[in-house]
Amino acid sequence: MIPTDEAGIVAAIQHAAGPLAIQGHGSKLAMLRPVQAAATLSTAGLTGVTFYSPNELVISARAGTTIAELAMVVAKNGQHLIAEPPELGALLGSDQPGTIGGAVAANLSGPRRVAWGAMRDHVMGLRAVNGRGEILRAGGRVLKNVTGLDVCKLLSGSHGTLAVITEVTLKVLPAPERRATLVLKGQPPAHAVAALSAALGSPYAVSGAAWLPADLAALVPSLSWLGGNVTLARLEDFAPSVAYRSERLRAELAEFGAVEMLDDAASAVLWTDIGNVSPLVHAPGAIWKISVRPSQGAGIVAAMQAIGATCMLDWGGGLVWVSGPATAAAHHAVEAATRAAGGVWTVMRAPDPWRSAVAVIPPGPPAMAAIGARVKAAFDPRGILNPGRMVAGA
Amino acid sequence: MIEQPEPLHDVLARRDSIVAGLRRLLPESGVIAEPLRLKPYETDGLSAYRQTPMAVVLPETTEQVAAIMAFCSSEGVRVVPRGAGTSLSGGALPMEDAVVVGLMRMNRILDIDYADRCAVVQAGVTNIGITQAVSARQFFYAPDPSSQLACMIGGNVNMNSGGAHCLRYGVTANNLLGLKIVTVDGQIVDIGGAHLDAAGLDWLGLLTGSEGQLAIVTEVTVRILRSPEGARAMLAAFKSNEIAGACVDSIISSGIIPVALEFMDRPAIHACEAFAHAGYPLDAEAMLIIEVEGSVAEQDDLLGRISAICARHDPISLKVAESAEQSAAIWKGRKGAFGAVGRISPDYLCMDGTIPTSQLPAVLRRIGEMSASYGLQVANIFHAGDGNLHPLIMFDANDPSSFHKAEAFGADILKLCVEVGGCLTGEHGVGVEKRDLMGVQFTEIELDQQRRLKSAFDPGWLLNANKVFPLTAALRAA
Ligand SMILES: Cc1cc2nc3c(=O)[nH]c(=O)nc-3n(C[C@H](O)[C@H](O)[C@H](O)COP(=O)(O)OP(=O)(O)OC[C@H]3O[C@@H](n4cnc5c(N)ncnc54)[C@H](O)[C@@H]3O)c2cc1C
Ligand SMILES: Cc1cc2nc3c(=O)[nH]c(=O)nc-3n(C[C@H](O)[C@H](O)[C@H](O)COP(=O)(O)OP(=O)(O)OC[C@H]3O[C@@H](n4cnc5c(N)ncnc54)[C@H](O)[C@@H]3O)c2cc1C
Repeated sequence: MIPTDEAGIVAAIQHAAGPLAIQGHGSKLAMLRPVQAAATLSTAGLTGVTFYSPNELVISARAGTTIAELAMVVAKNGQHLIAEPPELGALLGSDQPGTIGGAVAANLSGPRRVAWGAMRDHVMGLRAVNGRGEILRAGGRVLKNVTGLDVCKLLSGSHGTLAVITEVTLKVLPAPERRATLVLKGQPPAHAVAALSAALGSPYAVSGAAWLPADLAALVPSLSWLGGNVTLARLEDFAPSVAYRSERLRAELAEFGAVEMLDDAASAVLWTDIGNVSPLVHAPGAIWKISVRPSQGAGIVAAMQAIGATCMLDWGGGLVWVSGPATAAAHHAVEAATRAAGGVWTVMRAPDPWRSAVAVIPPGPPAMAAIGARVKAAFDPRGILNPGRMVAGA
Repeated sequence: MIEQPEPLHDVLARRDSIVAGLRRLLPESGVIAEPLRLKPYETDGLSAYRQTPMAVVLPETTEQVAAIMAFCSSEGVRVVPRGAGTSLSGGALPMEDAVVVGLMRMNRILDIDYADRCAVVQAGVTNIGITQAVSARQFFYAPDPSSQLACMIGGNVNMNSGGAHCLRYGVTANNLLGLKIVTVDGQIVDIGGAHLDAAGLDWLGLLTGSEGQLAIVTEVTVRILRSPEGARAMLAAFKSNEIAGACVDSIISSGIIPVALEFMDRPAIHACEAFAHAGYPLDAEAMLIIEVEGSVAEQDDLLGRISAICARHDPISLKVAESAEQSAAIWKGRKGAFGAVGRISPDYLCMDGTIPTSQLPAVLRRIGEMSASYGLQVANIFHAGDGNLHPLIMFDANDPSSFHKAEAFGADILKLCVEVGGCLTGEHGVGVEKRDLMGVQFTEIELDQQRRLKSAFDPGWLLNANKVFPLTAALRAA
C-alpha cells in the first residue's frame, strides 16, 4: 500500500488484518531483521515540503520526501541538513533514494555527527500514526521544547516499530562558506585515532574525523592519488576561519606526520563518499556498523582484520564500518569484539535467513526488554508495525 | 495553592513503619522525617507552592537508590526525585504521602576521559562542577543554565535544561552519552555509554526531559568539549521590538550562528541597568546581546559582519567589547536579571514558553496589552536565536489576588505561545505549574499516548505523580 496522505496511512493501519512491513522507498530493507508481513505500507506517496522558514532555521516535509530533495531545497537558501543523513541505498544493495522519514526512523547520521549531533538531535517535531491508527504530533516547530515526554526522540530510531512517521520538522543551519580537509598519510589505525582525538580535542571545531585503509582510500577519487592509509579531519566555516584554523591544526597535527590539504571542492565530494560509505559499496559479504568509544575503534579494526574483514573509521574512531564474510562465525567475532569494547553493533547488510537467526543489535539489559515490550504495546497493542524488525518476536 | 493528588491514606497510616523501613536501608543521617528538618524540602524554585513530604532520603550510592526504590514500590509509596530543587515549574514539589529521594550526596565525578571527550558523573554533581573539573585542560560541559552554580546534572537531565549558549551547543539532550538509572522497582540499568549511537530504541532521548516520571537517574555520561580560543560579546540597542526582531532574522539568515543571542525589552533593560550599572542604553525599546567565539581575528571578523547587519537596522547604539572585561560588563546585567527584577518586585513568576522567532514582535505586543489589562508589570528576557521567551511577571505575594492574577496572566502567555505555533515550555519543564495547560498543546489522544508511555516504566504511577499530566486524568490512568 502506498497511500498519498496521512489519512490513507491511518486507514491502512486501522484496517490491517495482520502485520505490516513499514517502509519509505525500502532503501534500507537489507539492514536489521527481515519483517514477516503479508502487506507492506509505504510512506513513499507522502511527499513534499510543507513548511520552510529559513530565518527560523526550520523545515517540515512529508515522510516520503527524499533526502536529496530536502537537501536541495535548503541548499537554495544556503542552508544544510545538520546531521548529513547519508544515502545508504548503494551500500545496502538498493537503487532507491532514501526518504527523510526513513532517515529519521533509522536515526542515521553522517560524518558531522561527531561535532553537531545525530539525526535525532535535529528533529524538532513529527507527525506519526501509531499501531492503534491514532495520529500523534510530537515536538513542534520551535528549537526549544521540553513539553511532555519526548516522543519525538523515542520515534526517531524506532525503525517503524512504534508508529509510522508521516511528517518531520527539522532544524537546519547555514551551510558553511568553506570546507577544507587535512590529511595524514600512512597512519595505522591506533595512530590515526590518536591524531583524530587531538584534532577533535582542539579548539578548531573539527566537523569530520575519519580513517581509511589504503585499499579503500584507493577507491575514493579525491584520495586515490595519495597512496597508503589516510587519516582525515574536516573544517567547515567562514573562509577566513577555515584558512586560519587549518594552519593551526596542521601545526598541531605535525607531530603525527606530514599533513596534506584538500580544498573545498574535493572536501565536499570526499565527505559525501565517507557518509555514504561508498568505499564499501562493492565489497561482497556482510556489512556491520559498530559504535564504540573512539579510543576503542582501532582495537575493533585489529580484531576484524584477524577474521579477514575490512574496516573504515568515522566519528574519530567511534564509528566502525565493517565489511566481512557473511558467516555466523564473522558475526560472532563482531559481537565479541564489540562487547569487549563496550559498544553496540548493527547488522546493516546480510543474507535474509542469516539475519533472522542472529542478534542484529545487542540485546538490551533484561529490565529494558520488559519495559520495551510494554512501550511497544503502548503504541502498537496488536503488534502489527514492523514486528521483529529489531528483535525477534517484538 | 496548587491542587495535589489525593494522598494514599493507607500510606499515611503506615508512616512510622515506612520511615523505619527506610532507616534500615540507609545510614542514620540519610533519612529525614522530623518536621523541622523536612522544611527545606517543601518547595523548589517555584516557591509559591509548598508541601511537606512524608520523609526525605539522601542516598550516597546507586545501590542505596535501588534499595529505596525496591522498598517504596513494594510498599506502594510515592517518590519525588530531587536534585538541587531549583526547578522553576515546581518539578521537585513533594506530596504529603511521598518520599523525596534527594540525590545531592551523590556528588562525585567518577571519570574524565579527555581522549574520548566524555566524563562520568553522579547525578548530584552541579552543572558548573563538571566544567570546573575539566577547565584546567580547557574543556567544558556546554549546557549552561543560569542556575548552574546550584542545579545538578540529574536535574538538568530530567528537565533537559538549556542555557544562553544552546544556540550553538544544543541543550542537555544533545550533550549526553549515557545514564545509569534505577527503575521504579529498584533495578539498576545502564543506558548508552561512552559511544555516540545506541542500537535499539532511544531510551536516552526519552529519559532526557522526562521530569522524574520514568526512573531515577544516578549517573550521567556527558560529552565534554574543548573550549574555544576565546569569546566576545557586543550589544546592540534598537528603537522597537520589531526592529530588533528583524535584526535577529537578518543575522541568522546571513549564515552567522552566534553562540549566544539574547534579547531584552525596555522593562528588562531598565531593571537590569538599575541593578548592575552595566551601561545599558535606557532610551532603547529593545536590546540584543550577541556573543561570538574563536581567535581574536575570527571574533573581529564575525563581530564586524554582525555590526554591519545591525547598522542596517537603524540602531540607537552599538557597542562591541574590546576585551574580556568589556564582555563581562555587557553580560553582567543579563546574568543578574533575576536579581534585578527581584529588586523591583520581590515576587515574580518566570515564564518559559517558546515561539517561532518570526512571531516575536507580535507576541511582545500582546504581552504588553495583557500586562496593562492585568495591571501587572512584566519584563521580557528572551533567548532570541531559538525563540525561548522568559517573561518575568511581577506580583505581590502578600496579596493572594495578585498571585492569582499573575498565574492567570502567565497561563495566557503560554496559551498565546501555543497559538502562534510554539510550545508551553522551552526549558523549565511542565512540573506542576503547567500541568493543567497540557491540553492546550496536546490532544487527549496524544496525552493518553504519553500516559501509556509513563505506565510502561511506572505501572503504579509512583514517580512524581503530581506533575506533568493534568491531575484528574493522571489519577484516572493510575
Ligand atoms: C535562578 C534560576 C535560573 C534558572 N535558569 C535556568 C536556565 O537558564 N535554563 C534552564 O533550563 N533552567 C533554568 N532554571 C531551572 C532549573 O535550574 C533547571 O530546571 C535545573 O535543571 C533543575 O535542576 P535541579 O538539580 O535543581 O533539579 P530539581 O529542581 O531538584 O528537579 C528538577 C526535576 O527533575 C527531577 N529530578 C531531579 N533529579 C533527578 C534524578 N536524579 N532522577 C530523576 N529525576 C530527577 C525532579 O523530580 C524534578 O521534576 C533556573 C532556575 C533558577 C532558580
Ligand atoms: C537554590 C538556589 C540557590 C542560589 N544561591 C545563590 C547564591 O548563593 N549566590 C548567588 O549569587 N546566586 C545564587 N543563586 C542564583 C543563581 O545561581 C544565579 O544564576 C547566579 O548567582 C549567577 O551568578 P553569576 O553572575 O556568577 O553567574 P555565572 O555562573 O558566572 O554565569 C551565569 C550564566 O552566564 C553565563 N556566562 C558566564 N560567563 C559568560 C560569558 N563570558 N559570556 C556569556 N555567558 C556567560 C553562564 O554560562 C551562565 O549561564 C541561587 C539559585 C538557586 C535556585
